[in-house]
Amino acid sequence: MNDARTRILSRLRAAPPSAVPDLPEWDPPVYEQAARLARFRTMFEAMKAEVHDVDAATWPQRLRTLLDNRGVRALLHGDGSPVATQLAAAWSGDENAPELVAYDRVVEDFKEELVHRIDAGITWASAGIAETGSVVLWPTAREPRLMSLLPPIHIALVDESTIHDTLADLMAAQGWALRMPTNVVVVSGPSKTADIEQTLAFGVHGPKELIVLVIRKAASAG
Amino acid sequence: MSTAASVPAERPSTVYFFGTCLVDLFYPEAGLAGMELLKREGLRVVFPQGQTCCGQPARNCGFFEEARTVVRAQFAAFPEPWPIIVPSGSCAGMMRVHYPQLFAGEPDQAQAEAFASRVYELSWFLVHVLDLKLEDKGEPVTVTWHASCHSMREMGITDEPKRLLRSLSNVTLVENPRERECCGFGGTFSVRQPEVSAAMVADKIASVEATGASEMVTGDCGCMMNISGAMEKAGTPMRSRHLAEFLLERGDVR
Amino acid sequence: MSAELKTAAHVTNHGNGHVTVTNFAGRAHVALNDKPLRANFRRAMDGLMAKRAAQFPDAGDLAKLRARGAAIKERALARLPELLEQLEARCTENGIKVHWAETTGEANRIVLDIFQGHGVRTVVKGKSMVSEEMHLNAFLGEHGIEAVESDLGEYIIQLAGEMPSHIVMPCIHKNKMQIGQLFAEHIEGQRYTEDVDELTAAARRVMRARFAEADAGISGVNFAVAETGTLVLVENEGNGRMSTTLPPLHVAVMGIEKLVETMADIPPLLALLPRSATGQPITTYVNMITSPRKPGEKDGPQEIHLVLLDNGRTRVYADLELRETLRCIRCGACMNHCPVYARVGGHTYDAVYPGPIGKILTPQIAGLDVAEDLPHASSLCNACVEVCPVKIPIADILVRLRRESVRPSASQAVKGGGSGWTLSEASAWTGWKWLNAHPLLYRMGTGVLSALGHLIPPSMPPLKAWTSVRTKPKFAAQTLHQLARDKGFDDE
Repeated sequence: MNDARTRILSRLRAAPPSAVPDLPEWDPPVYEQAARLARFRTMFEAMKAEVHDVDAATWPQRLRTLLDNRGVRALLHGDGSPVATQLAAAWSGDENAPELVAYDRVVEDFKEELVHRIDAGITWASAGIAETGSVVLWPTAREPRLMSLLPPIHIALVDESTIHDTLADLMAAQGWALRMPTNVVVVSGPSKTADIEQTLAFGVHGPKELIVLVIRKAASAG
Repeated sequence: MSTAASVPAERPSTVYFFGTCLVDLFYPEAGLAGMELLKREGLRVVFPQGQTCCGQPARNCGFFEEARTVVRAQFAAFPEPWPIIVPSGSCAGMMRVHYPQLFAGEPDQAQAEAFASRVYELSWFLVHVLDLKLEDKGEPVTVTWHASCHSMREMGITDEPKRLLRSLSNVTLVENPRERECCGFGGTFSVRQPEVSAAMVADKIASVEATGASEMVTGDCGCMMNISGAMEKAGTPMRSRHLAEFLLERGDVR
Repeated sequence: MSAELKTAAHVTNHGNGHVTVTNFAGRAHVALNDKPLRANFRRAMDGLMAKRAAQFPDAGDLAKLRARGAAIKERALARLPELLEQLEARCTENGIKVHWAETTGEANRIVLDIFQGHGVRTVVKGKSMVSEEMHLNAFLGEHGIEAVESDLGEYIIQLAGEMPSHIVMPCIHKNKMQIGQLFAEHIEGQRYTEDVDELTAAARRVMRARFAEADAGISGVNFAVAETGTLVLVENEGNGRMSTTLPPLHVAVMGIEKLVETMADIPPLLALLPRSATGQPITTYVNMITSPRKPGEKDGPQEIHLVLLDNGRTRVYADLELRETLRCIRCGACMNHCPVYARVGGHTYDAVYPGPIGKILTPQIAGLDVAEDLPHASSLCNACVEVCPVKIPIADILVRLRRESVRPSASQAVKGGGSGWTLSEASAWTGWKWLNAHPLLYRMGTGVLSALGHLIPPSMPPLKAWTSVRTKPKFAAQTLHQLARDKGFDDE
């Protein structure tokens, strides 16, 4: 049917066979409860991301302050997501609050606004990774992919209980291999480059800033 | 790629010495010093007069058949099961790491493997097998160590030579921050890519000089010929010597 | 057949089967005398080596991780044909269209057909070494499609009309003065500056508009997972995510060796790749793409195509020793640690893949008749072997290629085998063999050299090259053989 395909595969099959070795053990790191969050924070901060402890009820107020300090006027959120509901409730009646913009259309009808007007985007992170200081974005129809990429500021909300030690640990625990979605992104900081003389510069294409809000258990939120 | 040697179950009473062709022609005093050091530790040192070259130059240029013919002459020259001590990490690497590869599928593959397993780099043997202890008889001196690429990366020699130097009370060892960088010798590389090799050795000299040492000690005469030859041409007044010679001159057996 | 791993600018096919060959020594001469270039590389390589070392503080952990990484790639290669079929099946189920190309010409044609079918005029590109192999930008340009590099480094060299000089950091040969100049000349309204933040902001401004208007995106693939049909892309800038998310059409190009078996293979490889490459614990983004936009989803490309490229890889695969070349995950650690690369820079190799991996890959893909000098442009110091995250025995493969160039294997494993053979060199080794295989002859010969070696003129090749920066080696008055006998050392 496809000549190139047939020829490539037949050449590979004609080659001498080689052994299929067993996979030797490796040791991804394991962290104690307290060290896990500390590592998560340290690694993110080393990459110029901000990490803030928040609690499940009052994070919108905290976010308000963070965004005000940055002069954010338009915040993009998922369409009808729990995050959106909570934000709307918390900020309603507040005339000075940033405008809440829902990602409620396909990108083709939204491109201009997305690329040029939105100051910040807030997404839910499905998990965190302590070893590398990362959040995992599992975009959905409600919270599409570009929310975390086009606005100059990206805010990721992550529940402390979903922070795993390593990507290996997380993938196994959540059984990724059986349920890979359209797209998953592991994000470990703001967009950066070192292409000019190995000098770090942020926000070359994606967000200049990444703010991670960790929802702590009520007792430990500080 | 490194296949670090293992300490023999018993301390051997007799060892072979493989001088290497470079030492034979240009630095025989280094070879002799190595043999004297071993002898002073009470070993019978046998130097087969039939030995020539380890075969590395031809192997590295892709002339495997020619290399094998020469290697077989070494098999014949070192018939007894004694350890073979080599005062060069590069030649030792050829013999220990590459002989088994070079003879894979050849009728004498087993012989090559057995031969390879008997090969030891001199400083490693002095430290791990003979546990050499030295009393420094020399004047205070500051030296720097040049590590050869093959001693580090094929023979797994890391700290052994420096441990011996540090054990000498009047010797101050200043380490070269660029110790792990190749000096640019590389056998035929130095004449096939002379300008690149020249740039590498120029940088090596600069880093050796920057240590402030008055002498450079090394375990490989190929590197030494390159570095000291370039130093001499550049008018750099630094002495270089093989580790064996340096140790023999300074150290008395404790 | 092809010299497709060589840079487009310098390959001259004379139409009679003769192709202009690499000229490492000549190009090295130019590079070695370019002071800014040498300073740029030295600074960059020193920094990269230090950063990598800091990422792997524990030798034992690193050894285990490398063993795992090597085994993952070894397994994938051992099962390559079935895994390619599995990848194709999974991708197809997921809605990704899979294409196969034996040559770069075929791959270019496939990409062009896709684009022409969609009326594509402008394309944004994420960084892809395979697309460099294809010289895809030039090809698309010839057919009226503008491909804009969006990775900052690639964008810079595209402005300069150059090739990447490093596989991870393409414009590493340039300093900020040179880049400032380039931006001032090419970007409207941009003044000359050496401020890296300002230069980066200028690129962001230009690229934003490009991303928004692009009809399609092109990317490479770091790892393709056969188990799930997932394409894994790593990057720091976000341009890769832009190129694969914003335009309605995404075409990914990959070499057929970029496969792994399972998702579980990804974490250890990710623990190796960025740390080995740039000394960072992980890249900012690890982007895993498994399907085009699904019904109800609001963004992402509506169509994804995956082009699987052979370009000589099946020939490399046919030889078990050379096959190890295909384990490469393109981290660039070998070049970062190469004392030759650090001094001559990437362009000296005159090839898409410079440095140690290029020295073994280019002659295998383009042929030894094209790149015979590359396997010799190494002191065999093994620095690359020491750091390779998947343990490719680069030095052994260099020697194997040197062998193929003088005495090709029966299987003609490498195109152009035998092209490095010369009578003078072969005769020299025959003479060497005779001298060293006959102890008596050897002792006579070395004895003569000891006595008369000082008479050899330093102008005689290869001494001439040697003595350009070194004194002539001095033959000792007596050989070690003579001294050992005189001092009473036993002979047996």
